[in-house]
This record gives sequence, C-alpha cells and structure tokens, in this order.
Amino acid sequence: MALRTVEVGYLARVEGEGSMRIVLRDGVLEEARFSIFEAPRFFESLLRGRKLDEAPDITARICGICPVAYQTSATQAMESALGIRLDDRLRALRRLMFCGEWIESHALHVFLLHAPDFLGYDDAIAMARDHREEVERGLKIKKIGNELIALLGGRAVHPINARVGGFHSAPHPRDLAPVRERLAWARDAALESVRWIGGFELPELERDYELVSLRHPERYPIDEGRLVSNRGLDIGADEFEAHFEEEQVPTSTAKHARRKGGGAYLVGPMARYSNNWDRLSPLGQQAAAEAGLGRVCRNPFQSIVVRAVEILYACEEALRLIDSYEPPEAPAVEAQPRAAVGFGWSEAPRGVLYHRYEVDVEGRIVSANIVPPTAQNQASIEEDLRELVLRNQHLDDEALRRLCEKAIRNYDPCISCATHFLRLEVERR
Amino acid sequence: MPGKKRLAVWKLASCDGCQLSLLDLEDELLRIAGAFEIAYFVEASSATAEGPYDLSLVEGSIATAHQAARIREIRRESRLLVPIGACATAGGIQALRNFRDFGPFATAVYPRPEQLDALETSTPVAAHVPIDFELRGCPINKRQALEVLSALLAGRTPKGGSHSVCIECKLRGTVCVMVARQLPCMGPVTHAGCGALCPAYGRGCYGCYGPMETPNTGSWSGWWQQRGMDEPDLRDVFRTFNAWAEAFREESERHGS
Repeated sequence: MALRTVEVGYLARVEGEGSMRIVLRDGVLEEARFSIFEAPRFFESLLRGRKLDEAPDITARICGICPVAYQTSATQAMESALGIRLDDRLRALRRLMFCGEWIESHALHVFLLHAPDFLGYDDAIAMARDHREEVERGLKIKKIGNELIALLGGRAVHPINARVGGFHSAPHPRDLAPVRERLAWARDAALESVRWIGGFELPELERDYELVSLRHPERYPIDEGRLVSNRGLDIGADEFEAHFEEEQVPTSTAKHARRKGGGAYLVGPMARYSNNWDRLSPLGQQAAAEAGLGRVCRNPFQSIVVRAVEILYACEEALRLIDSYEPPEAPAVEAQPRAAVGFGWSEAPRGVLYHRYEVDVEGRIVSANIVPPTAQNQASIEEDLRELVLRNQHLDDEALRRLCEKAIRNYDPCISCATHFLRLEVERR
Repeated sequence: MPGKKRLAVWKLASCDGCQLSLLDLEDELLRIAGAFEIAYFVEASSATAEGPYDLSLVEGSIATAHQAARIREIRRESRLLVPIGACATAGGIQALRNFRDFGPFATAVYPRPEQLDALETSTPVAAHVPIDFELRGCPINKRQALEVLSALLAGRTPKGGSHSVCIECKLRGTVCVMVARQLPCMGPVTHAGCGALCPAYGRGCYGCYGPMETPNTGSWSGWWQQRGMDEPDLRDVFRTFNAWAEAFREESERHGS
C-alpha cells in the first residue's frame, strides 16, 4: 500500500488540546500537520475596555503553566505605556519570582511529560516504578520552584502579588531564608539531573534554524533584553511587529508566525541557550558540556538537556538574587494613566512572549496584541516533523508515531497559550 | 486493576491551571497514582482507558458545540462528576463574551468567525448536566482537590465550607484591608477556599472563588458607591473570573450592561 497515514487525535503530555497528522503517498510527504483544536477564548477582545491594571491578572489566565511570564510581559508593557521603569531592587524581585516559574515549568516538562518518551514509558508514574529516585528528585525540584513563586506571589498558579509598577507587598529578607536553603538543595539536584538526562539516547536531527531569543548585556535572559537571532536580528520590543507577521495557513487550524521576508523561526530553550551560552554561569556551562551540549544547539531532541541546564541556572540565579536582596523602598511605583501604546516581553519557559497594549487617558485598554511562544514555534514544529518523517520512513507506523510525538514535545507546546491569539479555523476529521 | 477507584481528568475551555494544581501535589502524586487507577488524564499520560469512571474531575467551561456534546458523554461515563475551578463552575473569564454581542466580539480577534467552533456563550458544567460536588477557585486550591480524592476513597462526602473569605482572614489573623486601608475587597461576598491570600499580601480580594452562599452584594456595592466608586467600575469588579455566577452576574447588571 502506497498511502500511509500516521495520526494522533489528541496529543498526550502537552498543555492543551492538539493533534498531529502525517500523510505519505508513495514515499512522498503530502502532509505533516500539527493542529490545534483548543476552544478559542477571545482574550484580546475581552481585554478591551478593562482597566490597564487588570491586564496582569486577566492575561495570567491564558496559561496556568506560565502565569508569571504573562504577568511580567503585561506589567512591563503597561509600565512602558505609563512611562515608568522599576528600580534595580524591584526588577530583581520580579526576576526572582520568574526563576521559580522556570524551575517548576521546566521540571514539569522534563520529568513528568518528556522524559518518559526517552525511556519508553506512557507516563512518569509508570516511569517511577523503575526510576523512582529520579522522578522523586524531579518532583521535589518542581515543588521548590512552586514554593518560590508562592512565597513571592501568594500561590503557584495565578499568583496574586504582582502588579503594574511592582508588587502589592515585598518580602522581608528573613522570609527568604527557608526557600534559600531548599534552593541550594535544588541546585545540586538539578546538577544530578543534567547528568542523568545527558545520558539519554537522543534521536539524530540537526536543522539550520533561525534561533530567536532575548539577550541581555549581563545576564542570561529571563525578564528583559533585546530580541536577537543568529541571523542578525537585534530589536527592541516596539519593533517586534515590524519584523514578524502571522501567516494564514489554509490547511491548518492556526496562523503561523514568520519573520517578515524570512521563514519559520524557533523560540525557547534552544534559542536562548545558543544565543546566550556566554551568559550562563560557569557551573551551567560545565554541566552543559558534560551532558554533550556544544555552544550552539541545533538538535531539537537536545532541548530536554537544555531545559535541565536552565533549571540549574534558574536555581543558581535565584540563590544569587536572594543573597543580594535588599527590600525595595516601596513595593510599587505609582503612575497616572495617559493615552499611549506600551510594549513588553519576557522569556516564558517556552520562549519569548510579546504583549502590546493601547491604553486611553482613563487608563482603559483600547486594544491588545499577545504573541505567545507556541504560536511562534508551530511552523518549526511542522518543519521538524517533515524532516523526521522523510528520514525515518523505514519505521513502522507505531514507531514513527511515537518519534513524531516525541518531536512535538521537544517544544513543550502550550496549546492553551497559543489558542488565545490564534485565528482558528477548526477542522475535525 | 480490580478494586481500585477509576479516576478521570478532563479538559474543556480553560488554561490548564487547575489540572496543573493536581500535578502540583508533588508529595502526594505517586501515592495518589498508587491508590487510584488513573484511567484518563491526557495531560499527564499517553495511556487512556475507556469508562466507566468512579470520579471525573472536569476543568474548563462549555464554549463549543463539541464540548456541549462531550460533557454529556462524560456524565454518562462517570459515577461522580466534579467540576474543578472557575471555568467549570462559573464559565470562567471567557464568559465575559456572554454579556456582549458575539459577532463583533469574535471579529475583533478572528477575521472569519463563521469558521470557528465557538458557542456564543461560555457556561459552567452544571448548566448542561447534573453535578455531584464542585471545587471553586481560579485556580482551585490543591488541598481541596486532595480532600475530594480522599473522600472518594473513604466513601464519604467531601468537606467544604460555604462561608466568606472574611472568615479566612480572621482565622489567619490578617487585619481587614477594607477597614484599615480602605481597599475595595470582595472578601465579604466571596466564597472561602484560597486561605485569604490577597489581603495577606496587602491587596483586596478580587473574587476569584466566586460568590459565597447568599452574598449581600447590594450592601457591598452601596458601601463602595458611598466611597466614590463609579458605575463602570462597580460593574467590572463583579465581572471577572466568575462573572457568569448568578449572584455576581446580577449585581454587575445593576451597574451597567
């Protein structure tokens, strides 16, 4: 039979509802599709007319996995609209909370969602029967990330303490002591985990991606920086929409983001790592090298190793921020509303998350534009699938399906996020 | 796995945060996996098993025709059905569309809304099928989820109060932010369960657990009217993550369309 179809109707171990379809006819690839059938929730519409200080809490609800990224991009966009910039102490506190999100989100993906693919299990629970120590260590790392968010934000999912201008309240240095002790454990555990994951057997695939991420003059990018790529991109947040566009793909349920005049690009851990290897800590660089990573990473299956290195970095960075913590003079900077357009972005665990808001003199939102990382990665996901299928046609359907699912999970796709800005055409087959 | 209770976790229109709260039970997760047969939980596992299920936890609201059909199938397959979180119990933030003309609302985001599988309203699970219990919150408190699971194992009814966030502030020893700092705080009309987080961090409660049992929302609005809150703000303060919950919906409609 010359026609081969490999399908997954509802992808497991990803955040949200997506599917995959591969069609080969006589060895020629007719279709390699990653689709989204998540229900649209119309965030950009429902934000209109709301007060600008509601944007961080409302947009957090786009994604329960990375609410801190939404709150950070939204607050920074609003602060740019209001013409205020936070001082070093407040920005350090914001970055500290963000470290917690990198730790919990990456640990969730690495240990519970992706590692089972490499070791041949349906889920982490089955994996724990044979690898209990590693799974328990991963769960504990994840828990410490959540504890850091909950300490600074009140709770791990949809924290309540972040606001435009800073925080509702800032911690006393002594409040940070217990979590500091646990983060020191997590740093060592993360190092162990990098070694464990570095031992996984990874499929071969190298592609020449345009790797797009933030870059900061001093630090590994989390909460701020300019947007750069390995092909010469170097822009500020107000220039984003001049360089990127969404393209309607008739056979897909979703629009794909592309470089204007260019093509697909990749955001997320691989891009951050490759563009910012020199900003990693010495321990992070050393662990990466021992786990088999070069200074640039172009094999998407290595993204699990990069995530493990980023967990290690986030633990180290959180410790540094706690050790140098000085309470801000006031928990927030106050500002009067004015009619303006504000731009903000940050490195969500899955890649750069861009927000733009137009606000009026009353402080109400006139329009909003949100571009989450998974939407930006869709085109790259499909290109990976195409390349992988062509190289692995000899595999039987089940093995090919598993390989393709594993490749989609390389991106830790967050479909809940992607849907809220995507212009969908839902097609159910 | 004979004898083990069969657990299913479903997702409708939502952010995944309530499902994540289950995975955030890091200390208990492996023991939960030992006590139950996790028969259906797509976010966590590639392995899925057919119903019937002893307990279905449902995250998300009904926002598409497909979801409206699916919740009926889930109900048929489930001995106990428990909606978890503000989307499933009140329609969620996406229920803000229910107050607006859907056409222009959708066109603002989607150029061809006629091609969407989207209902004009986002509604809670209980508007479609009978439910057995519910967990409030945006997101749920993971300790409450653990209580539901424990109750199922013990064959008892889950415990859950119907009092307001105010009681939780008193239990916690937090000074009232409404009295001491004149911050608008929805604590007096909001269902308990979060542990009174916002006042403890120096902000007013924003009602993410939805209305408490028989809330006096009119009195709350009157108090803030006297202190200068205007009508659009009074409308919007009741129109957030539980906007379609009856008590909040009715109060918001008293202050604007």
